[in-house]
Amino acid sequence: MADSTARSHLDRPDILAHVIIWIGIAITAFPIWVAFVASTVSNQSIAQAPMPLLPGSLGWQVYSDVLGVGGNNRTVGTPVALMMWNSFVMAMIIAVGKIVISLMSAYAIVFFRVPFRNVLFWMIFVTLMLPVEVRIIPTLKVVTDLGMLNTMAGLTIPLIASATATLLFRQFFLTIPDELVEAAKMDNAGPVKFFFDVVIPLSTTTIAALFVILFIYGWNQYLWPLLITTDQSMTTIVIGITKMIDTSGGPTDWNRVMATAILTLLPPVMVVVLLQKWFVKGLVETEK
Amino acid sequence: MADVSLTNVRKVYAGNVEAVKGVSFDIPDGGFCVLVGPSGCGKSTLLRMVAGLEAITSGECRIGARVVNEVEPADRDIAMVFQNYALYPHMSVYENMAYGLRNRGTPKDEIDRRVKEAAGILAIESFLDRKPRALSGGQRQRVAMGRAIVRKPQVFLFDEPLSNLDAKLRVQMRVEIKKLQRALGVTSIYVTHDQVEAMTLSDKLVVMSNGRVEQMGVPNEVYRKPASKFVATFIGSPPMNIAKGVVRGPGAVAVGDVVLPVSDMAADLKPGDAIEVGLRPEDLIVRGDGSLTMQVDFIEELGATQLFHGTLGGAHLVIQAASGLVPSESKTLNLAIDPAKVHLFDVGTGARRGR
Ligand SMILES: Nc1ncnc2c1ncn2[C@@H]1O[C@H](COP(=O)(O)OP(=O)(O)OP(=O)(O)O)[C@@H](O)[C@H]1O
Ligand SMILES: [Mg+2]
Repeated sequence: MADSTARSHLDRPDILAHVIIWIGIAITAFPIWVAFVASTVSNQSIAQAPMPLLPGSLGWQVYSDVLGVGGNNRTVGTPVALMMWNSFVMAMIIAVGKIVISLMSAYAIVFFRVPFRNVLFWMIFVTLMLPVEVRIIPTLKVVTDLGMLNTMAGLTIPLIASATATLLFRQFFLTIPDELVEAAKMDNAGPVKFFFDVVIPLSTTTIAALFVILFIYGWNQYLWPLLITTDQSMTTIVIGITKMIDTSGGPTDWNRVMATAILTLLPPVMVVVLLQKWFVKGLVETEK
Repeated sequence: MADVSLTNVRKVYAGNVEAVKGVSFDIPDGGFCVLVGPSGCGKSTLLRMVAGLEAITSGECRIGARVVNEVEPADRDIAMVFQNYALYPHMSVYENMAYGLRNRGTPKDEIDRRVKEAAGILAIESFLDRKPRALSGGQRQRVAMGRAIVRKPQVFLFDEPLSNLDAKLRVQMRVEIKKLQRALGVTSIYVTHDQVEAMTLSDKLVVMSNGRVEQMGVPNEVYRKPASKFVATFIGSPPMNIAKGVVRGPGAVAVGDVVLPVSDMAADLKPGDAIEVGLRPEDLIVRGDGSLTMQVDFIEELGATQLFHGTLGGAHLVIQAASGLVPSESKTLNLAIDPAKVHLFDVGTGARRGR
């Protein structure tokens, strides 16, 4: 909004900017459009030299096949609906878990005089240097020994601890004035009440922003689910797509793969769209 | 309602910073005590110890019959108004005022009654649904006061509550706070570094410096008989003039070649002793037959009054007098002084050298 008023002051036509924006959108959206078109035509049409650029008539058929059945009988037979459910549950647990754990640890670090507070903080900070990929072998060993292979717990718990989110919340909490904490003390709000009545409501926009980022992070997990889920019923969608591609040289049902890819895009897009509304509302309300 | 009494209260912060060095005073039930002093003298620390936000290193703090050293802030039956208001930004004005009551399990209809009542007293009924962000500084200040009064506490604590307001609003709110405190009759402790606020609000003025009480008493008494040079120059605007002088004999000091009569003079002062002489700007009276002659350097016009800057017996001096008494081109002024209004202070310690 500020931008457009600034521009109108310059009194320059908007056309150039719009052309650039539309070119950018076209470049970004084109592959997605191709994927969508491919999911609605037969495999033969995809294989033909100039691939069609307008949707075909097989759409409903392909989508209901993948949702209900999955890949063809030479690849995986896990229905996409189930894999999406698995991914959704995993991403939700990771995002919510990370937020809950980080909120609590940041709260402890900022508002309490715990012994060795700085040491604890630095320990959390240092784990930034140890992402899942770096500690994957020991983590896998631990999870296996605990018998958590092919369980939702094994899939999510190792991904939950989060230094980044803790740091973000810590920075935000440090901006809460001491006097507000003291006012709450006078108002007979103990630590738990203060957390739920003041800290969390003040953090809603931070939480919403983080939720978007963390949900997508969880949804896109590849390496960890690949190692931990051997059972088809636990397969996540991101893994499922790759399994649909026949690597043994046989024909791949590209229309099904593309339909699955399109379906995979939807939940993250929905999270962004829904939460964007919510946190814009949050911003507007605080500005009121 | 309750009285408050502090006995030898000390505060030592980590790193051996002694912020409050043994302070004792009592505030009677319903009294309005103002703590005043320069920045860093420990006023806020002292107030926060009464509030329970800072641990008391040694000494005793009593509210009513109870020693509260180890009592949690919420259980001390006090309410505090902060300098930056400290309103909960996400709660409406109503919720801000109701929050403390809700946390104490007050019944809903009782909360509603008290919030409405407080809002009525403070004239903030029309903003009850707004968030603090949508209020002006003065309105937020009222809400902060409202949050304190709905609780019906035994003691109000104020830490520079008006310092974020503009000058005009500050004067207006000052009057309102005084009226409100009178009407409610709640014992109050008020911290400020503004000596005008201190003089006008208090019925007990405590002047602090460097973690100690310099003087306490009724504001007028502190003004008329400052216990030290520090208090003399801190309270009053423009500040008291201090000039180097010499004792001439019982009841007489000299500043340069000008001899001043003194009625309040310590008996052990001998002729020839060096002394500091304090004269309030308004105590030197401009009179045609005045025996003292001041050389005028320049005149500041304040509207109702004029400030004359000049010298008397070689010492720099500021005199305050009603406008229109003296033609503005005068180079000399004849002044008279009441011997009871000449203050003497020790050159070394700054202590008052009176009887
Ligand atoms: N947490 C702390 N740790 C160490 N020293 C402190 C702490 N808080 C305050 N002090 C010191 O204690 C002294 C008194 O501080 P205090 O805040 O009571 O001053 P004040 O009289 O309220 O000043 P102001 O008018 O500027 O608010 C200061 O010298 C300050 O540096
Ligand atoms: Mg202070």
